[in-house]
Amino acid sequence: MSFESFAEFIDMGGHGLYVWLSYAIALAVIAINIVNPLMQKRQIFSEQARRLRREKQNP
Amino acid sequence: MAEKKWMPRWFYQLASPRWCYDITGKLLPIFAIAALLTLVVGTVWALAFAPADYQQGNSFRIIYIHVPASILAQSCYMLMAVAGAIGLIWKMKIADMVAKCCAPIGASIAILSLATGAIWGKPTWGSWWVWDARLTSMLILFFLYLGIIALNSAIESERTAAQSTAVLALVGLVNIPIIKYSVDWWNTLHQPATFTLTERPAMPSEMWLPLLVMVIGFYCFFAVAMMLRLRNEIIQRERRSSWVRALMAN
Repeated sequence: MSFESFAEFIDMGGHGLYVWLSYAIALAVIAINIVNPLMQKRQIFSEQARRLRREKQNP
Repeated sequence: MAEKKWMPRWFYQLASPRWCYDITGKLLPIFAIAALLTLVVGTVWALAFAPADYQQGNSFRIIYIHVPASILAQSCYMLMAVAGAIGLIWKMKIADMVAKCCAPIGASIAILSLATGAIWGKPTWGSWWVWDARLTSMLILFFLYLGIIALNSAIESERTAAQSTAVLALVGLVNIPIIKYSVDWWNTLHQPATFTLTERPAMPSEMWLPLLVMVIGFYCFFAVAMMLRLRNEIIQRERRSSWVRALMAN
């Protein structure tokens, strides 16, 4: 461990805002890149299911 | 007459959307677990256990995001250009799809690199931004990604869109060596490369080992993000084929 206490860990020697902001942005970018395609997949599947149902009703 | 096969068998399998969909379905969980493990271990190591820099103190810990993001943004661009070239030469649909999926991921990673760079620059150089060769060429990389996304969405025909974006990506490839050598060619505030293939890193192993873990983690994350998008692209383009219909019916 390079920190004595949790408060020191949060403070990052006075650079806490910079360090934590960087890691927060990284987390956000990673999350967007995972969630976005997953939501798109759901949309594709539900649209396709609707189309298949329509085709079944009026062949 | 059967066409002569010039490339190994896997190359032709790779060209089959269905085969790609199946194989990425198997690879996805492996890479997802690998990405999660390496990123969690790397982040804890980077934030809590790596020693502080003797000059920069703890703001140095931004390196563990900034360097992997910068490396990945450039690798992603090269993949996009190579996939685009393969699509141009062999008219391989999967290569076109890979190139298309690279652009939004690469753009977001380039933003991450620029943002963490700016945040790191403030306590280190006293400024969020300087018009320095390294920073400017990285900004151009981001604009190239944006241009490619815009061009792709502006063209209706998938084939034409793939061809034009591939050409733009290949032209923009000239920027990659400029980014790499910008710290050598021009006087710059930016420090030289942390990792090189030929020399040992200048920092102690307690500092670069977590960085290596983070770089691997970022690559695994990229593989996951890429495969997720690619699978969507495949089922959307192949939606009229019988195997996608069967898949959707379940």
